[in-house]
Amino acid sequence: MTSAIIDDLKKKKITALLKDGQRIDGRALDEPRQITIDTGVIPKAEGSARVRLGDTEVVCGIKIQPDKPFPDLGDRGIFICTAEIMPLADPTVETGPPGEEVIELARVVDRGIRESGMIDLTQLVLQKNKTVIGIFVDNSVTDYDGNLFDACSYASVASILSCKIPKWEMKDDAPIKVDGQVIDPPITTLPVSVTMARIGDQILVDPNADEWGCMDARITITTNSAGNICAIQKGGTDGFTQEQLVKCGQISIATGAKIREIIKKVGGS
Amino acid sequence: MGVKKTDIVLLDDKGIRCDGRTIDQPRRIMIKAGVLKNANGSAYIEFGENKILAGVFGPRDVHPKHLANTDRGILRCRYHMQPYSVSERKNPAPSRREIEISKVIKEALEPAVMLENFPRTVVDVFIEILQADGGSRCAALDAAAVALADAGIPMRDMVSACAAGKVADTIVLDINNEEDQEGQADMPVALMPNLGKITLIQLDGVLTPQEYEKCIDTAVSGCKLVYEVQKNALRDKFFGDSAQ
Repeated sequence: MTSAIIDDLKKKKITALLKDGQRIDGRALDEPRQITIDTGVIPKAEGSARVRLGDTEVVCGIKIQPDKPFPDLGDRGIFICTAEIMPLADPTVETGPPGEEVIELARVVDRGIRESGMIDLTQLVLQKNKTVIGIFVDNSVTDYDGNLFDACSYASVASILSCKIPKWEMKDDAPIKVDGQVIDPPITTLPVSVTMARIGDQILVDPNADEWGCMDARITITTNSAGNICAIQKGGTDGFTQEQLVKCGQISIATGAKIREIIKKVGGS
Repeated sequence: MGVKKTDIVLLDDKGIRCDGRTIDQPRRIMIKAGVLKNANGSAYIEFGENKILAGVFGPRDVHPKHLANTDRGILRCRYHMQPYSVSERKNPAPSRREIEISKVIKEALEPAVMLENFPRTVVDVFIEILQADGGSRCAALDAAAVALADAGIPMRDMVSACAAGKVADTIVLDINNEEDQEGQADMPVALMPNLGKITLIQLDGVLTPQEYEKCIDTAVSGCKLVYEVQKNALRDKFFGDSAQ
């Protein structure tokens, strides 16, 4: 996405502050920005959420419909999660086919939820190898202030928690929707992604756009309800030492647990 | 993702894996540097069943021009799979997976390449997967790093990559295709061996915090093994019997 162009002065200020362990917006190093989650914002979607992470805003909607299963996974429902940055989110966003940053964003958000096994897809089979329920989670970034990974991830998880799955019955090999009946999604765990930036020797949780623009490297770690790690993506033009990676793992578990409580409350479960 | 039921025994009671390896044994690795005539630098790698070619061009003029950077060079990378490299024919157009892998490989190489020496230029890294096995992004990175060195581009360090993972509740080195598909976790890692910096890490699958640390340790030890093979490939090219 947009690599915010920060002038040298701002970058100098950020690094100078960090030497004393301070951040440009006054947060502690391991403190995420305020997270606001509203669910059910799009009534026509089977599940939805609007998430604000600081000034980053994401709208997420879920559509649920019967579909053919993947050829090698006939006994599982389908889960697909995407993310896109809308041109109104930032002046530098252009319309057209998605670039590598947007593709990475969508794949990392999808991977975190998929690898955690959040939704028990074996319960979404209408007829084995023929018809399964597909859950399509689409994130739209509507305002940009850094760290889209976590904003989209929280929006997706909150939408999944709040979604209602319509009921279908198979009649003559075709799925027929049963009006007025819905079921709750089969949730097994609550994945929470925590994205950290490394600037110099400091690890910063939930970098804002200014910090995002001058970080050396970043890492997104998704943890599940049991406090285990289920997905990682490193990015950025520099690396991490092994000690820093271990520290990032610990931060993601501790911070993830706090954020999980926030998502749980609004998710209605 | 949940573990699928399978007939393959991923790890038997003697600690032997489905392809006969022990838990800390990598697959066969062979790297040859300088295999292409026209590229400024190149390498061919066989890593298990992976067969991969990497070619490097540059530093050269940036095209299109607006991508050029006035204070440093840029690095571009394309990871591309041949249609015949996998069991089901792959559409030759770049998939979203390939675009993501190209990006993470670029970001894994970038810390090692001294791009600040070459403002307004580009270094292009082209990777062609001729045959794919588990761990193709690590093998591709290993070949690409050797190709960069072969091109004589100034580097701070080599970049060596190897995956570790979890199979039958055990952390093992260098996941193969079966283990990737049926196993519990896959963690590709790239390391700058002398600077001790990890420039690529990804994870698919669930690990406890203890397993996470062990998995990084295991992958790093694999990277160091790969590093020796990379050095030998360059030594052979420049100082070996066949060196001109």
